[in-house]
Amino acid sequence: MQYHSPGSFEDAVAIAGAASGTTRFLAGGTDVLVQLRADIVTPDTLIDVKKIEGVRSITREADGDWRIGIAVSGAEMSEHPELGADWPGLVEAMDLVGSTQIQGRATLTGNLCNASPAADSVPAMFAAGVIASVTGPQGTRQVPVTEIPTGPGKTSLKPGELISALHVPARGARGGDAYLRFIPRTEMDIAVVGCAVNLRLDGDTISEARVSLGAVAPTALLVPEAAEALIGTTLDEAALEALATAAADACKPIDDKRGTVKFRTHVAGVLAKRAARIAYDRARARA
Amino acid sequence: MSKIHVTTTVNGDAVEFLCDARETLLDVLRDRLNLTGAKEGCGTGDCGACSVTLDGRLVCSCLVLGAEAEGREIATVEGMANGEELHPLQQKFIEYAALQCGICTPGILVATKALLERNPDPTETEVRYWLAGNLCRCTGYDKIIRAVMDTAADMREAS
Ligand SMILES: Cc1cc2nc3c(=O)[nH]c(=O)nc-3n(C[C@H](O)[C@H](O)[C@H](O)COP(=O)(O)OP(=O)(O)OC[C@H]3O[C@@H](n4cnc5c(N)ncnc54)[C@H](O)[C@@H]3O)c2cc1C
Ligand code: FES
Ligand code: FES
Repeated sequence: MQYHSPGSFEDAVAIAGAASGTTRFLAGGTDVLVQLRADIVTPDTLIDVKKIEGVRSITREADGDWRIGIAVSGAEMSEHPELGADWPGLVEAMDLVGSTQIQGRATLTGNLCNASPAADSVPAMFAAGVIASVTGPQGTRQVPVTEIPTGPGKTSLKPGELISALHVPARGARGGDAYLRFIPRTEMDIAVVGCAVNLRLDGDTISEARVSLGAVAPTALLVPEAAEALIGTTLDEAALEALATAAADACKPIDDKRGTVKFRTHVAGVLAKRAARIAYDRARARA
Repeated sequence: MSKIHVTTTVNGDAVEFLCDARETLLDVLRDRLNLTGAKEGCGTGDCGACSVTLDGRLVCSCLVLGAEAEGREIATVEGMANGEELHPLQQKFIEYAALQCGICTPGILVATKALLERNPDPTETEVRYWLAGNLCRCTGYDKIIRAVMDTAADMREAS
């Protein structure tokens, strides 16, 4: 295994482009090192991205968008004074990843690119409408994060490409988001189901919504039918029931030791309702 | 395979070592630098026995490569006592018998020191969540939590 720590994206792309065999990028290493040590994946080329200029910062751009560097840890996101006020659901979802020790290292980009169907921050990113800058030999293109994971452990990134930043849209007025997961314990476990809701209000009526589910299909899902159940309502009982039905209908889960198909499908509806209530209250609290 | 040359700081001292690309910081600390305080419980980030701080941030040294230590500052349990004088947390852990086999203890001490530096007045719930990634198979945690709460109170009074 060759270890590289380039100082620029240009160099990182050049190293990745010239590499043969298996290449991995090293952000927090909380997936890469576990897979390395368990002999699941031993990369031929390991490219540490943490020495690249500018990757450790969280910045609010002139238009209100947030730019999150690819080496920003979960702990740094939680400690940021303003990011969590704009996007509490996204920050809480990332904060659910692992222990204090894992939070000191794990990144949002790593959680996305490891492409686990149960990754906690991914439904929150889908719901928020996060965009990734993808940099490769041909330059940089913007890709919605919904198009990055393609299956368990698989992404749409081409050889030689890496994510160079994540962009969270400006929060704007009357918006709120929330993410909830079900685990049998209170900490240190993998989601049996996860659900994120992001919405905007016009008065008390929901004018925009995005609903995403995790751990119920090979990738996180964006569920437009669930969003439609919310739009135009004031989150009354009928809307909540329609939301739960749409969420449950979208599930294509597996049976495993963590949960059965029936359980996961039911819990998806329950979590969708709870997350929608939290997002709605948050949106109402914002001027 | 050619080895990687790393220059770093461990417990305030400048340190140099050679390591393989696959070697973890935990391997380096234990096998190359003879700092055997950090323990390997699982090697997969679950148990926290290998906890150290990296630039002041609590991490599992089993999930950091030795090569990543270049230019960083590492602190381990060996740096907690001042010569013969134990850190208040170490004293309290003895007083409360907050350890039995002791395998988890270095990691828990490093983790709780990092907590008290950030938050000198944590609630019991905060201590328990902070330590969720530090497993102890012996004590049942209660004595550990009480030792931490009492140390925090003493340290607040002393400051
Ligand atoms: C004890 C423990 C508990 C955990 N608990 C949870 C949990 O509760 N929920 C959860 O979702 N996950 C959990 N995880 C998994 C892991 O911590 C997360 O997936 C984490 O966010 C990964 O981020 P990282 O920075 O450590 O990624 P790394 O391990 O550095 O990288 C992960 C993958 O992303 C790729 N990658 C990294 N950066 C880029 C980039 N810029 N461009 C392209 N590809 C890139 C790498 O090649 C690799 O395939 C846990 C892990 C451990 C060890
Ligand atoms: S040995 Fe590192 S967490 Fe268990
Ligand atoms: S004292 Fe034995 S594991 Fe904690």
